[in-house]
Amino acid sequence: MAEFRLPKNSRMTDGMVHKAPVGSKNVKTFKIYRWSPDDDAQPRIDAFDIDLDDCGPMVLDALIKIKNETDSSLTFRRSCREGICGSCSMNIDGTNTLACLKSIKDVKGDVNIYPLPHMPVVKDLVPDLSNAYRQLTSIEPWLKADNSAPEGEERRQSPDEREKLDGLWECVLCFSCSTACPSYWWNSDDYLGPAVLLQAYRWISDSRDDRKRERLDALDDSFSLYRCHTIMNCAKTCPKGLNPGKAIAGIKSEMGQR
Amino acid sequence: MAKPRPLSPHLQVYQPQLTSVMSIMHRASGAVLATGSFMLVVWLTALAAGDDVFGFVTAALHHPIGQLVLFGYSLALVYHGLNGVRHLSWDLRIGLEIRQVYLSGYLVLGLTFTVTAALWLLV
Repeated sequence: MAEFRLPKNSRMTDGMVHKAPVGSKNVKTFKIYRWSPDDDAQPRIDAFDIDLDDCGPMVLDALIKIKNETDSSLTFRRSCREGICGSCSMNIDGTNTLACLKSIKDVKGDVNIYPLPHMPVVKDLVPDLSNAYRQLTSIEPWLKADNSAPEGEERRQSPDEREKLDGLWECVLCFSCSTACPSYWWNSDDYLGPAVLLQAYRWISDSRDDRKRERLDALDDSFSLYRCHTIMNCAKTCPKGLNPGKAIAGIKSEMGQR
Repeated sequence: MAKPRPLSPHLQVYQPQLTSVMSIMHRASGAVLATGSFMLVVWLTALAAGDDVFGFVTAALHHPIGQLVLFGYSLALVYHGLNGVRHLSWDLRIGLEIRQVYLSGYLVLGLTFTVTAALWLLV
C-alpha cells in the first residue's frame, strides 16, 4: 500500500532566513530543502534572498552564489552547467528538472527547491541514487552481439535503423522522470521506472543487438514494466524533451507482438 | 552510527500535473463505477422483490440525494469511458507526444461535462 505521508524523521520545519545585502533592488527568495546527517535536526527549509542583478540567469547560478557567498555548507551535485552531465537534477518550482537549464525568471514568486522526490536524502539536495543505478545495471545497458564486428570495420547500421535510436540515446540519466512518476514513488523496489525503461528500449531497438528476446524476457513480469500506467509525468518533466512514456509503450507493444 | 536518511518530499511538493491528475481521476472513477454496479444490483433485486421494495428504491433514487448519487455515477461513467479510449489509443502507441496528451486530456474533460450535461438534460 502506498504511503502518502512522509515518515516522522522526514517532515520539514522552517529554517533560517538569509536577507539580501542592503540596497539590493531586484530580490528573489529561494526556499531550499536542507538536511544534514551530522546533527539530530529534522529537514528544514532555509530562505535565501538573492539580488538577481548580481546573479547569473539560471537556478544553478543562484545555488552556486549562495554556496560561495552565504552558506558554504549548502550541498548539491553539479558539473557541466549546460544540461549534458545530468548531475544537477532536482525539484524546482514543483517539477523536476536540471537546475542549470531552469531559468530563474521562469519561476513566479519564490523559488522552491527540493531534492528529487521520494528518494533517500544523503545531504541537502543530494539524493541517494543507488537503487536507480542498480536498476540500470539490471537491464544490462550495453551491446550484446553474437558475432564480433567485421575485421577492421565498425558494425554498420542503415540510416533507418540508426533513426530508431533518436530520442533514446540523448538521455543523461538525471532521473528527473523516474522521480516524477507516482508509480515509481510507490513501487521503486520492483518497478524499474521511466529512466531505466527508456534505456532498456534503447538496447531493444538497436539493430546491432542480438539479445532482444532475452531483454524482453527479463522485463516480462507484473512489476518491472507493467507498473507503468501511462501517467506521462515523465515526458512532461524531462529536461531534455525526451519521452520515456512513449518508449515504455514501445516495449509493451514489442511484448504484445511476440 | 549515522542517523537514518529522510525521504525527500513527493506529493507534498510536486505540482499537480494534468497528466497525473487525470490518471488518478481515471482510477477514482473506476472505483466509483465498481461501487455503482452494486447499486445497479440493488435496483434489479428490488425489481424482483416486488412492488413495495421497488417503489421504495425508486423513490430513494428520486430523492435529491439519490439524484446526486446518480449524477456522480453518470459523471464517473462518462469520464472513465472517454478517458479509457485515450488509454486504448496510447496502448496502440497513438497520441503519446506530450502536446497530444494535453490536447486529448482537455478534449476528454470538455466532452465529459458536455456529454453528462446532455444526458441529464435530454434523457
